Amino acid sequence: MQLARVIGTVVATVKNPSLHGRKLLIVQSLNKDLAPQGKPLVAVDAAGAGIGELVFWCRGKEASFPFKREDTPTDCTIVGIIDSDEHVCCG
Amino acid sequence: MWVITDQKMILAKVLGNIVATQKNARYDNARMMLCEHITPEGEPTGHTVLALDSVDAGVGDTVLIVQEGWGASTAATGKIGAAIDSAIVGVVDHIDLLKAE
Repeated sequence: MQLARVIGTVVATVKNPSLHGRKLLIVQSLNKDLAPQGKPLVAVDAAGAGIGELVFWCRGKEASFPFKREDTPTDCTIVGIIDSDEHVCCG
Repeated sequence: MWVITDQKMILAKVLGNIVATQKNARYDNARMMLCEHITPEGEPTGHTVLALDSVDAGVGDTVLIVQEGWGASTAATGKIGAAIDSAIVGVVDHIDLLKAE
Protein backbone atom coordinates (compact mmCIF):
# COMPACT_ATOMS: atom_id res chain seq x y z
CA MET A 1 0.00 0.00 0.00
CA GLN A 2 1.08 3.59 -0.50
CA LEU A 3 0.29 6.84 1.24
CA ALA A 4 -1.22 9.35 -1.21
CA ARG A 5 -3.07 12.62 -1.58
CA VAL A 6 -6.16 12.89 -3.78
CA ILE A 7 -5.39 15.68 -6.24
CA GLY A 8 -8.16 15.38 -8.79
CA THR A 9 -11.06 13.51 -10.31
CA VAL A 10 -11.49 11.79 -13.66
CA VAL A 11 -14.69 11.85 -15.68
CA ALA A 12 -15.09 9.03 -18.19
CA THR A 13 -18.48 8.61 -19.82
CA VAL A 14 -17.66 5.64 -22.01
CA LYS A 15 -16.12 2.89 -19.90
CA ASN A 16 -16.36 -0.77 -19.03
CA PRO A 17 -19.88 -1.40 -17.65
CA SER A 18 -18.47 -2.74 -14.40
CA LEU A 19 -16.93 0.66 -13.72
CA HIS A 20 -20.34 2.36 -13.83
CA GLY A 21 -21.00 4.24 -10.62
CA ARG A 22 -17.38 4.04 -9.52
CA LYS A 23 -15.49 7.20 -8.64
CA LEU A 24 -12.16 7.66 -10.40
CA LEU A 25 -9.67 9.86 -8.57
CA ILE A 26 -6.14 11.03 -9.30
CA VAL A 27 -3.77 10.24 -6.46
CA GLN A 28 -0.23 11.45 -5.86
CA SER A 29 1.81 9.07 -3.73
CA LEU A 30 3.73 10.61 -0.84
CA ASN A 31 6.84 9.79 1.17
CA LYS A 32 7.28 10.01 4.94
CA ASP A 33 7.52 13.82 4.80
CA LEU A 34 4.28 13.92 2.81
CA ALA A 35 6.23 15.13 -0.22
CA PRO A 36 5.37 13.73 -3.67
CA GLN A 37 6.96 10.39 -4.56
CA GLY A 38 6.63 9.22 -8.15
CA LYS A 39 3.99 10.07 -10.71
CA PRO A 40 0.27 10.64 -10.12
CA LEU A 41 -2.01 7.66 -10.78
CA VAL A 42 -5.70 7.07 -11.39
CA ALA A 43 -7.35 5.04 -8.64
CA VAL A 44 -10.87 3.67 -8.19
CA ASP A 45 -12.39 4.80 -4.91
CA ALA A 46 -13.63 2.21 -2.41
CA ALA A 47 -13.50 4.39 0.72
CA GLY A 48 -15.53 7.50 -0.11
CA ALA A 49 -12.51 9.78 -0.48
CA GLY A 50 -12.55 13.31 -1.88
CA ILE A 51 -10.13 15.87 -3.25
CA GLY A 52 -7.42 16.96 -0.81
CA GLU A 53 -7.76 13.97 1.50
CA LEU A 54 -4.85 11.84 2.64
CA VAL A 55 -5.56 8.22 1.68
CA PHE A 56 -3.85 4.92 1.10
CA TRP A 57 -4.20 2.75 -1.95
CA CYS A 58 -3.65 -0.88 -2.81
CA ARG A 59 -2.20 -2.11 -6.09
CA GLY A 60 -2.38 -5.25 -8.18
CA LYS A 61 -5.04 -7.94 -8.36
CA GLU A 62 -5.95 -7.25 -4.74
CA ALA A 63 -7.18 -3.81 -5.77
CA SER A 64 -10.36 -5.35 -7.17
CA PHE A 65 -11.20 -7.25 -3.96
CA PRO A 66 -13.19 -4.45 -2.25
CA PHE A 67 -15.66 -4.73 -5.13
CA LYS A 68 -17.41 -7.86 -6.33
CA ARG A 69 -14.26 -9.73 -7.08
CA GLU A 70 -14.18 -10.40 -10.82
CA ASP A 71 -16.35 -7.46 -11.50
CA THR A 72 -14.20 -4.35 -11.50
CA PRO A 73 -11.15 -3.98 -13.73
CA THR A 74 -8.79 -2.00 -11.51
CA ASP A 75 -5.22 -2.36 -10.34
CA CYS A 76 -5.18 0.68 -8.07
CA THR A 77 -7.89 1.22 -5.44
CA ILE A 78 -8.23 3.64 -2.54
CA VAL A 79 -8.99 1.45 0.48
CA GLY A 80 -8.78 3.88 3.40
CA ILE A 81 -8.75 7.51 4.47
CA ILE A 82 -6.11 8.69 6.95
CA ASP A 83 -7.68 10.79 9.67
CA SER A 84 -5.37 13.80 9.21
CA ASP A 85 -1.80 14.73 8.35
CA GLU A 86 -0.98 14.48 12.07
CA HIS A 87 -2.07 10.83 12.08
CA VAL A 88 0.98 9.87 10.05
CA CYS A 89 3.29 9.23 13.01
CA CYS A 90 7.02 8.94 12.42
CA GLY A 91 9.27 7.92 15.28
CA MET B 1 11.13 3.05 -10.05
CA TRP B 2 9.53 3.89 -6.76
CA VAL B 3 6.93 1.10 -6.79
CA ILE B 4 9.01 -2.01 -6.28
CA THR B 5 7.04 -4.28 -8.56
CA ASP B 6 9.80 -6.73 -9.38
CA GLN B 7 10.65 -7.45 -5.74
CA LYS B 8 8.20 -9.52 -3.77
CA MET B 9 10.05 -9.53 -0.47
CA ILE B 10 11.86 -6.39 0.62
CA LEU B 11 13.89 -5.13 3.56
CA ALA B 12 12.53 -2.03 5.25
CA LYS B 13 12.82 0.04 8.39
CA VAL B 14 9.70 0.87 10.38
CA LEU B 15 9.25 4.65 10.68
CA GLY B 16 5.90 4.86 12.41
CA ASN B 17 2.25 4.10 12.01
CA ILE B 18 -0.83 5.71 10.53
CA VAL B 19 -4.35 6.10 11.86
CA ALA B 20 -7.29 5.64 9.51
CA THR B 21 -10.81 5.40 10.89
CA GLN B 22 -12.60 5.05 7.57
CA LYS B 23 -11.15 2.09 5.75
CA ASN B 24 -11.97 -1.21 4.11
CA ALA B 25 -13.57 -3.58 6.62
CA ARG B 26 -10.82 -6.15 6.15
CA TYR B 27 -8.31 -3.72 7.71
CA ASP B 28 -10.16 -3.65 11.04
CA ASN B 29 -7.97 -4.32 14.09
CA ALA B 30 -4.84 -4.24 11.93
CA ARG B 31 -1.78 -2.16 12.69
CA MET B 32 -0.67 -0.21 9.67
CA MET B 33 2.99 0.73 9.65
CA LEU B 34 4.82 3.32 7.58
CA CYS B 35 8.09 1.76 6.42
CA GLU B 36 11.04 2.90 4.36
CA HIS B 37 12.70 0.57 1.88
CA ILE B 38 16.40 -0.03 2.70
CA THR B 39 19.31 -1.64 0.90
CA PRO B 40 20.95 -4.79 2.35
CA GLU B 41 23.65 -2.48 3.74
CA GLY B 42 20.97 -0.66 5.71
CA GLU B 43 20.94 2.54 3.67
CA PRO B 44 17.48 4.09 3.32
CA THR B 45 16.35 4.51 -0.29
CA GLY B 46 13.75 7.17 0.47
CA HIS B 47 10.86 5.08 -0.87
CA THR B 48 8.13 4.62 1.69
CA VAL B 49 5.52 1.89 1.75
CA LEU B 50 2.60 1.06 4.02
CA ALA B 51 2.35 -2.49 5.35
CA LEU B 52 0.09 -4.32 7.77
CA ASP B 53 1.93 -5.68 10.78
CA SER B 54 1.62 -9.39 11.59
CA VAL B 55 4.62 -9.79 13.92
CA ASP B 56 4.37 -6.87 16.41
CA ALA B 57 7.18 -4.89 14.82
CA GLY B 58 8.13 -1.61 16.46
CA VAL B 59 9.45 1.75 15.32
CA GLY B 60 13.11 1.47 14.27
CA ASP B 61 12.98 -2.27 13.56
CA THR B 62 14.36 -3.66 10.33
CA VAL B 63 11.64 -5.86 8.89
CA LEU B 64 10.79 -8.16 6.02
CA ILE B 65 7.84 -7.04 3.94
CA VAL B 66 6.12 -9.42 1.57
CA GLN B 67 4.58 -7.62 -1.40
CA GLU B 68 2.30 -10.25 -2.83
CA GLY B 69 -1.39 -10.14 -2.15
CA TRP B 70 -2.09 -13.76 -1.30
CA GLY B 71 0.75 -14.05 1.17
CA ALA B 72 0.26 -10.58 2.59
CA SER B 73 -3.44 -10.89 3.32
CA THR B 74 -3.00 -14.38 4.79
CA ALA B 75 -0.20 -13.18 7.05
CA ALA B 76 -1.93 -10.01 8.17
CA THR B 77 -5.55 -11.12 8.56
CA GLY B 78 -5.44 -14.91 8.51
CA LYS B 79 -7.71 -15.01 5.49
CA ILE B 80 -7.21 -14.67 1.76
CA GLY B 81 -9.00 -12.29 -0.54
CA ALA B 82 -8.45 -8.99 1.25
CA ALA B 83 -7.36 -5.81 -0.53
CA ILE B 84 -3.92 -5.94 1.07
CA ASP B 85 -0.70 -5.93 -0.98
CA SER B 86 2.01 -5.60 1.70
CA ALA B 87 2.51 -7.20 5.10
CA ILE B 88 5.35 -7.26 7.61
CA VAL B 89 6.18 -10.94 8.05
CA GLY B 90 9.41 -10.85 10.02
CA VAL B 91 11.73 -8.76 12.17
CA VAL B 92 15.34 -8.93 10.99
CA ASP B 93 17.95 -9.62 13.68
CA HIS B 94 21.00 -9.08 11.51
CA ILE B 95 22.17 -9.34 7.91
CA ASP B 96 25.47 -10.94 6.92
CA LEU B 97 26.90 -9.61 3.68
CA LEU B 98 29.95 -10.66 1.74
CA LYS B 99 32.46 -7.81 2.07
CA ALA B 100 33.52 -6.12 -1.16
CA GLU B 101 37.26 -6.54 -1.86
